[in-house]
Order: sequence, then structure tokens, then C-alpha cells
Amino acid sequence: MLTKEMEEILSASREIGWVLEPQAKRLFSLGGLDVPRFAWAVTLDEALRFAKEIHYPVVGKVVSPLVVHKSDQNGVEVGIDNDHQLKETFDRFSRIEGFRGMLVEEMVSGVELIVGAKMDLQFGPVVLFGMGGKWVEIYRDVVLRMAPLRQQDIDSMMRCLRARPLLEGYRGTTPINKNELSRLLMTFSGLVMDLEKVIESIDLNPVLCTSTRCVIADARIMLKH
Amino acid sequence: MIICHPISFISRKEKKVDLNPLFKPETLAVIGVSMSNERHPANVIYYKNHFRQPVKVFPINDRGGMLQGENVYANVLEIRQPIDLAVIATRAEAVPKILSDCIQAEVKGAVIVSGGFAERGRGDLQDRIVAIAKEANFPFIGPNCLGIYSPPYVDTFFIPSERVVRPQKGRVALISQSGGILVDHMIKLAGEGVGISKTVSIGNKALIRERELLNYFIADPETLVIAFYIEGFGENEGREFVLRAENSGKPVIVLKAGKTSSGVRAVSSHTASIAGDYEVFSSVLAQHGVVEAKDEFELISFCEALCCYQKPIDGRIGIITGSGGHGALAVDACISHGLSVPTLTEEAQKEMREKISPRIKEIASFNNPIDLTGSAMDDDFVEAATFLSRKKEVDCLLILLLPYVPGITSDLGARLSRIYRQEGKPMIAYVPHVERYLMFIEGFQLNEIPVAHSIEEAVHMAEALRRHQPC
Repeated sequence: MLTKEMEEILSASREIGWVLEPQAKRLFSLGGLDVPRFAWAVTLDEALRFAKEIHYPVVGKVVSPLVVHKSDQNGVEVGIDNDHQLKETFDRFSRIEGFRGMLVEEMVSGVELIVGAKMDLQFGPVVLFGMGGKWVEIYRDVVLRMAPLRQQDIDSMMRCLRARPLLEGYRGTTPINKNELSRLLMTFSGLVMDLEKVIESIDLNPVLCTSTRCVIADARIMLKH
Repeated sequence: MIICHPISFISRKEKKVDLNPLFKPETLAVIGVSMSNERHPANVIYYKNHFRQPVKVFPINDRGGMLQGENVYANVLEIRQPIDLAVIATRAEAVPKILSDCIQAEVKGAVIVSGGFAERGRGDLQDRIVAIAKEANFPFIGPNCLGIYSPPYVDTFFIPSERVVRPQKGRVALISQSGGILVDHMIKLAGEGVGISKTVSIGNKALIRERELLNYFIADPETLVIAFYIEGFGENEGREFVLRAENSGKPVIVLKAGKTSSGVRAVSSHTASIAGDYEVFSSVLAQHGVVEAKDEFELISFCEALCCYQKPIDGRIGIITGSGGHGALAVDACISHGLSVPTLTEEAQKEMREKISPRIKEIASFNNPIDLTGSAMDDDFVEAATFLSRKKEVDCLLILLLPYVPGITSDLGARLSRIYRQEGKPMIAYVPHVERYLMFIEGFQLNEIPVAHSIEEAVHMAEALRRHQPC
């Protein structure tokens, strides 16, 4: 079931055709998924204040209805270490077309995964899961399943990934928390079913998984026209 | 949750539509026979049913008259007998009126062979016949199709009898959007000795679609395996299809055409860009245990294998061979298809050694693959198959039979099939397919053990058994 605030986010986004990252993250957080601590700063002061609150280093991302792929337009800065760097980044972002502020959020690391969804003409909502990051289309190590996912689907999704050893701990790395990942997929699948009528596709990319948590580091919801 | 209607769709009148009269008609009206052209599709259909099928056939042409001494009716309403099935093979424009006549005459269903509908830009005409049929709860197959081949009841294919190779009566139902592909696969199934329960060419599938036929064949006691050639599902139809297939208890095989996308994909998201139509299709089928055949060869061999064994396996393969090289190739093929070839314990190997003929004891190898060598006899294969059939480590046997091994006879297929019947562990044979070895091949096939043309195909068959379960 979508909450009232979720409905509001969706209807406010209808005009631009997709949900801006801070709002998408808010929506998933309302749905019970883990997101980094973040703030949508419209002024430099707000950005500085929030960075101080969560401590450096932080990530900065441009918020603009005209920028769907932020890194393509140089709209992502990772590892901002001090006020000076934050100001520089803010100034640079403010020159990007459609600038509506800057997303300031805590730095999170982990294995980069992608969790996505799309409305398929023949099968309805489907969920995608795999190795995430910028090169997801190059490596294509992903698994697709029709939603809603059953526990057996989630188990087989993890099993079928070529990069499965990376989830289980490879060459001294600690395994990721499979329960958290499984919970994320199950919750996400439920949300997708609730959003069936309004979405075209969703990318949570990357989702960063460690031995303790699975955090949605970036989220994009493309709405039906 | 999707609700699937058993056997048939339910129309506005909430009356169930029965497809049985289409597949087992006692009376058949062939509408549109030509008085002058003996090669007209309607005439071909009329004659082949009239002379070769038990169904009683009535020819119809709106001008009436006589056709080779038989009375031709001007309208289906003139026939003073209840008609189960009407085959309509007239111009497309005439079909709506004929359909209404059939409904008025209380015909139970129709096959519309005629083309000239949606496939020729006449979606409007197609919509009209669908509306007429839905209003009256009247089922029809087509238009633009060959229709139904349902031995020994009826055959609406407008292909002269002497040009068709018919598989024997069997347990595979084959449903195809394309008539040509259907006939082609019937020929190939016949070649492999795989029997058909019924085949249907659905053409434009304006009313009766894959979903209705899936439901019908799930309930059909003559059908064990349901195979489809599909170009694509309608909106959300795939969802209903896989959910129904998963819980059907019968293997469902699908060959999909149109795997490559010609359109430009949306690049708005990674997911939309990676999850193309075919990628989703293939994944969702596997998720629900629907066996996807990648090409026509797989379709035929999967039909053959799943017709013999409906119970899924985990894919732990035990290999028995008369040649080390064949064994090695089979292991490679198994591994590359995600099947395993478990090793046997020292103890088990010793036990096996005790059972085989003295002359190969020292030269045979008893790990998996069990290589009985070129000196093996029928008895050795039988012993090895019995032995592996009782071992929990493996759940399917691959018998690589080389008919040129001197100690082997054509009795072997029948003997091995008896082991399957006793022990219940599926068995797949490879025998080189040349005429000289037909006796060996038939020894298996006539006893319902699937036989592959190549080692690779034998492994594909085992893979089909594994894939017939949710992944």
C-alpha cells in the first residue's frame, strides 16, 4: 500500500516524467528500504550545515529535472572532504541546466549491485537484480524475474549470478549480508506491485551491500507517460 | 492474483465455452467449397475428411448444387442435423454473415481458414467477427490459419493428404501461430517417432489464443506434453500463461520467434535497456518451469524427452558408454549445460566391477562415466544401467550406444527400457542416426526411451528434464 506521502511524491513528479533522486529516496525509505542519510540543499548554507552534521567526507549530486543521468553531465562528486570543496562543487552544479539544488549525503561503500524493475508488455512488472554500477550494460551480469517475487525466486536470483562469489566473499572480502539483500528484494518487489500502474521503470543503481546493510545509493523512478 | 479459468474462457454471459466439439466433432460443415476448383482449400478439407475421417461432412456453397455426386448445401441453416464444427474458407468479407448463420444454426464452434483480416490491415473486419462470436459465446480458431488436426477425428488442414507426413497418435499437443511451422514440426516429430495428440494452428488468434488452448490441453487426458510456437503474447497474457503452466503438472515447451529486437530500446534506465522483451520472456519462462526450446531441433528433442519423462530431475547424470572418447565429450557437454556428473565411491566402483563380464573387468573403467569399452556385451550395459539406476548419486542415465561394438545387439533398447520401468530412473540414449542402425534406434524408441542424434542432443534432452521445474 502506498502512503499518502508516497502518492504526493508521485503526483508532484508527474509533470517532469520521473522522480528526482531525493524524492525517490524518500519514497523508498518510506517503503522500508535503507538509504544513506541525505539532505536536499537548495542553498550553499544548507549544504554546509548538513555536511557538518553528518561529517565529511560526503557525496554531492546535482538535482535537476533536466538531468536524468547525473554522471554523464559531471553532476556527481564523491569524497568531498571540507567546506571549500563543498562550495566549489555547489558552484559547479549551480551552473548545470535546470539546477534545483544539491543532494548532500553520507559516503557509503560496499559491493555495487543493481536492483531494478520495469513494466513488461507481455508479463507486467518484472524485477532485475545483478552486478551494478556504471558498467552494468557492459557486463550484463543480471537476472530477471516476474514480480511479485517469491522467496524461491530470490534464492535463485542470487544463485544464478555469475559474480555470485563476490556476494559470498571472495579472496578475503567479507560476504555481504544475504538476509538484508533478500529483505531488500522482497520489499522492493512489493513496492513495485504497488507502483505498477504509475511506473515505467526503476533503477536502484548502485545498491551498496556490506556485511551489515544494503543501502540504496542512487534511485531513479521513470513514470508512465 | 490472477484467476485462470479452467478449460475455457468465460464470456459476458458467464457460460463456459466447450472446445471439445472443435477437436472431436461428429459432424462437420465445410463452408466455401468451390464448384469448379478442386484445389480450393475448402475442397481439399472437404475431401480429406469425407474420405479419410470418421466425421460426417457437409459441403456448403451459397449457390448450392452437386459436388461429385454429393448434395451441396447453400447455407449451414439448411442442414437438418446438429453441426459440431464449421470450417470457413471463403472470402474474408463473407465471414461475418457466415459466422452469424453458424450461430443461428447452433453450430458449436468454427475454424476460420480465410485470410484477409488483421494480417492484411483489416483489423476492423477481425474485430467484427470477434464481437459476433463473443456476443454468442461461440468459439473459433483463426482466422488465417490451418486450424485443427485431431486424429482420428478431424483434420482441417488444407494440405492434400498425400502431401502430409503425419505423426502417429501420441501424447504431444502442438500449438503454433504459424501453419507452416506446425506442418514442418509434425513432419519432424513423425521422423523421430514422437506421436501427436492434437495440433492447432491458431493464425491471427483473434479469439482463441494460447491461454485458452493451454487450459484445454492441461485438462485433455490424451495430452502429456504441451508444445507451443509463439511469436509473442498480448498485453499481460504471458503472465497468465506462465502461472497456469507452472501449476499444470504437465511439461510445457515454448519455441519463441522474434528474439531479436528491431526497434530502438528506451535508454532512460539501465533496467529498461538491459531487460529487453526477449530477455524477460526467456527468464520468466525459466522462473516458472516452462521449458524454452532455443531452436526447432531443441523443440523436437524436448518433445521426445518430456513425452517419456514428465518428472523433473536435478541433473546428476550417470554416463554409460562403449567408448572413452564419447564419455569424455558427454562429460564436457553436461558441465557446459549446468548438469553434474558425480563421481562414484571406490566401494561402488568395486561393486560394479563384480557384476560385469570377466573379459572386460580389467579394461573397463568404473568411475562416472562407466566405460565398458568396445568389448562390452548387451549384458554389461544392462548390469551397468541397473546398477546406476539404484545409485542415489545420479538421477538420470545417459547411454552412449555404439552399434558397431561387436558384442551389442538390437535387443538392447528393449532390455534397457525394462530397467527404466522397474527402477524408474530416466534414461536417454545416443545412437548414431543412419539407416543401418535403425533397428537399434527403434529398440529404444518403440519402448519409449528417447534417442538423440548426437551426444550434445542427448545432453540437451537431460537439460530439458531439469528445466521443467521453477528455476
